[in-house]
This record gives sequence, C-alpha cells and structure tokens, in this order.
Amino acid sequence: MTATATIEERADEVVEEFELFDDWMGRYEHLIEQGKALPALPDAYRDEAYKVRGCQSQVWVAAEPTDHGTIQFWADSDAIITRGIVALLVRVLNDQPPAAVAGTDLAFLDRIGMKEHLSPTRKNGLDAMVRRMKLYAEALAST
Amino acid sequence: MQPAPSRLATRTFDLDEVRSEFPVLSRRIHDHPLVYLDNAATTQKPLTVLDRIDSYYRTENANVHRGVHTLSQEATDAYESVRPVMQRFLGAASSREIVFTKGTTEAVNLVAGSLARGYFKKGDEILLTGMEHHSNIVPWQLAAEATGAVVKVVPVNDRGELDLGAYQALLGPRTRMVAVVHVSNSLGTINPVRQMIADAHSMGVPVLVDGAQAVAHGPVNVQDLDCDFYCMSAHKVFGPTGTGVLYAKEEWLERMPPYQGGGDMISAVTFEHTTYHEIPHKFEAGTPNMAGVIGMGAAIDYLSAFDIEEIQRHESQLVTHATGELEELGGVRLVGTAAHKTAVVSFLPEGLHPYDVATVMDRFGVAVRSGHHCTQPLMDQYGIPGTLRASFALYNSLDEVDRLIDAVRKARKFLS
Ligand SMILES: Cc1ncc(COP(=O)(O)O)c(C=O)c1O
Repeated sequence: MTATATIEERADEVVEEFELFDDWMGRYEHLIEQGKALPALPDAYRDEAYKVRGCQSQVWVAAEPTDHGTIQFWADSDAIITRGIVALLVRVLNDQPPAAVAGTDLAFLDRIGMKEHLSPTRKNGLDAMVRRMKLYAEALAST
Repeated sequence: MQPAPSRLATRTFDLDEVRSEFPVLSRRIHDHPLVYLDNAATTQKPLTVLDRIDSYYRTENANVHRGVHTLSQEATDAYESVRPVMQRFLGAASSREIVFTKGTTEAVNLVAGSLARGYFKKGDEILLTGMEHHSNIVPWQLAAEATGAVVKVVPVNDRGELDLGAYQALLGPRTRMVAVVHVSNSLGTINPVRQMIADAHSMGVPVLVDGAQAVAHGPVNVQDLDCDFYCMSAHKVFGPTGTGVLYAKEEWLERMPPYQGGGDMISAVTFEHTTYHEIPHKFEAGTPNMAGVIGMGAAIDYLSAFDIEEIQRHESQLVTHATGELEELGGVRLVGTAAHKTAVVSFLPEGLHPYDVATVMDRFGVAVRSGHHCTQPLMDQYGIPGTLRASFALYNSLDEVDRLIDAVRKARKFLS
C-alpha cells in the first residue's frame, strides 16, 4: 500500500487479498489479523466524545486534517471482528482527499463478503462510524 | 410460577411432532441445519398460525365493527372471539379487561401515557427495577418528564435477583406505580411478582407486570397475581408480530383517559365534544391488526393444547443441560444464576466479545442473541459489554443444546 494509491486502488488490493481464501474461516482470520495491525488509538480519543455506542459493539473514531490536505483517521472497537472492519476502512480511507472520502461507496466490503457488518440493523457501531467519517470529510471538503 | 389456570391439555408433548409443525426449523444456515436459540427475541410460528392468517385473508377479510354486510360480521366475530381466548389464557375476570395492542411496548406506553394525563403528579414516584427491558423504562421516563414524577429503581444482586428488602423500603407514601418484569429477558430470572404486588397493594399502589417473557414458559393467572396491568406480545408466544395484549382491571380501564384517538374508539363525535366507546374499545383506536389478533388466537390455541407443566419440564431439561455443559467448558461466565429462572441461559466466554462469538456461531448455523438485550443498565451494573443469550422454546432439543456447546467451543478456539 502506497500513500498515493486511490481509494479504489486500495480497495482492489484488499479484495485481492481476501480472494486468496476460499472459506469463511480464512477470510475471518485475515480480517482479525487486519484488526491487530490497526495503529493504536491515541488515548486522547478513547473518550465518550469519539465513541459510537452500538447495541452490539462499540467503536471509537476520530479524524485530523493533515498538512497536505488529506484526512488522517484514528479508530478502534472493543470487538475483534468489528475492529477488523474498522482496520479495513482506515486502511482504505486514510490519507485520502476529503472529497474522495465523502463520495466513496465502500462497495469493496460487499466484494469480500463483509458487507453485512456495515448494516445499520447490525447495531455494531460501524454504520454510524462510516457516517461520522463522511461527515468529517464533507466538512473538510467544503472549507 | 402460579397455579395453572383451568386449561385442558388435549395433546401429549412429542418433540419430533412439534418440530415438524414449525416449517422454518428445517432451514439450513451456512450449510448447517439451523439451531434457533433466539426465542426470547421472537418465537417461530406453527403451521396452524400460518394457516389461520392465510385463510383469514383468503376468505374472511373485511374491516371489523364497521359493516352490516356478512363479511364484516364474520371478520368482527373472528376478531372478537380472540378476546375470550386471551381472557382464559391470562385468567382475567372478564373479556372487557383485554385490550388488543401492537405488543408489550404499546401496552406499557398505553398505561404510562394514559396515567401521565391526570394520575401522576409532581413528586410522585414510579418504581421500576434494575432488570427492566427498555420498553418498561422509557415510557415511564416520558410520563415522569411530562408530570414531574420521578423514577426510582429496585436494585438487582449479582445472581440477577431483585433485592426484595430494598423494594419494600423503596415503597413509600410517594410511590404511585410499580412496574416490574415477570421474567427477565436477559437473565431468565422469574421475579416474585405475586409477593411484590401484595406489598404494593398494602400501600395502595398499583402494579404493572411486563409478561413478555413469561407467557410462553409457564402458567399466568392475572387474578391470582392480582396485578393491575399485565402486558404481553403475541410474537413471543408463537403468534404473529404486531399484536399483543394489555390486561387491565376493569376499574382502571374505566378510569383511564383514552391513549389515542380515532375511529372505533368513539361512540359520538361532534367538534365540540366526543364521547368514547365502552372499554376495551375506548383504547383501540383505528383499524386494528385483525389478521394479527386472529393469528394470536390460533397461537394461544396451539400452546394451550399442551400441558404447560410438560413444556416447563422439557425446557428446564434444556436449561440444565446447557448450564452444566457451559460450566464444564470452563472459562465461561454465566450471567444470571437466580434460583428461579426460565428458559434463558446468558453467558460470556472470558476474554471474548459477544459480537465476535455470535458472528462465528452463526457460521455454524447457531442463532443466539448477542449484546445488551435492551437492558443496558443491567449490563453496566455487571461491567460487561453484553452477553450471549441462548433462549429456548418448546421445539428445541437436547441435540441442539449440544450443537450450541460445540459452536461455543469452536468459536472460542477460532477467536483466541
Ligand atoms: C421483557 C421484555 N419486555 C418487553 C419487550 C418488548 O416487547 P415488544 O417488542 O414485543 O413490544 C420484550 C421484547 O424484547 C421483552 O423481552
């Protein structure tokens, strides 16, 4: 993964990785590994203000503008499968231009069979997390 | 729970036969036979209920209480015939005490909303317990907000039982209402509601019982309990969604103002003044869920054909087996170990998150609920993000309990 790859390119890279596994166990193991590689959430962000309290699991998400006009995301979850999805989102959306983040459809999660985790009815906080990421990107894109 | 009402058991309980009557149980999930252990969320529906709803729409559908034509008369008769069915099922004194609602949630809202108009005064106390479902918390908070009343909470101990001493101490001169869950959805605890009602009545305080989780698992008799209000949902007793019952003593229904306005609940309307229909119709505004109510009647007929004690024995075998096997596994925290409990086993493998475990268990075809089960205050008290909850119904088998345990074992191995 290079800093200059677009959202699409990074998403394709994720999809290719997941295609290496032919059963759900492999895919979920890989997902959990992704979560383990997620950069640690700075303590300042492990706070109510950054928490999305789902019915099932909780998610923290924070964003900062970088000095080169992109967004840096920080995120975490208390469940490891949720954290794996969080890690994929951060991996794909990190250090991207705000307008690109605001406009992305995240269809790659469907292509790796993980879309169901993003369903609002799943109440794991992920759906609200994506909304927060996009709101932040929209706000930054319009300034 | 309480002495059984006079229901006549006409069927002996045969598990294979029962299972064959619930079509959805033959589904496969992720290439495994479905093991459905989320019955506290909603139960599956037997063929008799499905057929009854189907035939209602095919051959009887018309609006109730509205037309003189034959079809409307038949629909009205079919709908109203469920009232005495629910009266007998709950042991009510009169079918006038049976109000059809969308379910437990609407039943609680009906009572809380109605009592917020004139009954509760500033400083009055509404007494709830620490194990209430959100639907027996939030309506009272709304009523309290609207009237200046305050909500007080009876504490729960580590086993998941109510502290009765604290309850009695909290019952005071300002208490105007007690609302308590009969059977806890997240712990399975059967609360001593009969005693609690007697205590409240000795202080002149009415009691609402949330029976959502009780009615499928044991006999309920509202006259024996002497509760003022009892709420239930059809979908948790093998009936359709969107229907349920509020039982209320006649004197309460007479004295409470209507909750919603509309057609069917009035006897005369002018723009100056409207007079309301008699109870229970005063509380049933608008075209009701006719197919739902009729389906609920079929569900109660289905359940009532069995000796409820036979079902209780079967379910208690499932709970005992599941509890024993989970203890055997080791490293599994059981949440809710009350001396009196029903068909719920709530647990959490140490060091794991319920969301992760439930996601992996689903891959093995085992459907359990994960999360706080709409009882967030209780989970906060236990300091856990939630639990996994296996909740049983009459059609579950010991084999399915083994599949549950196997899935827990595999999920734990996979996740650690
Ligand atoms: C104890 C308890 N009370 C109330 C409810 C709410 O029931 P319903 O959603 O059917 O209105 C439930 C269902 O989840 C419950 O378990």
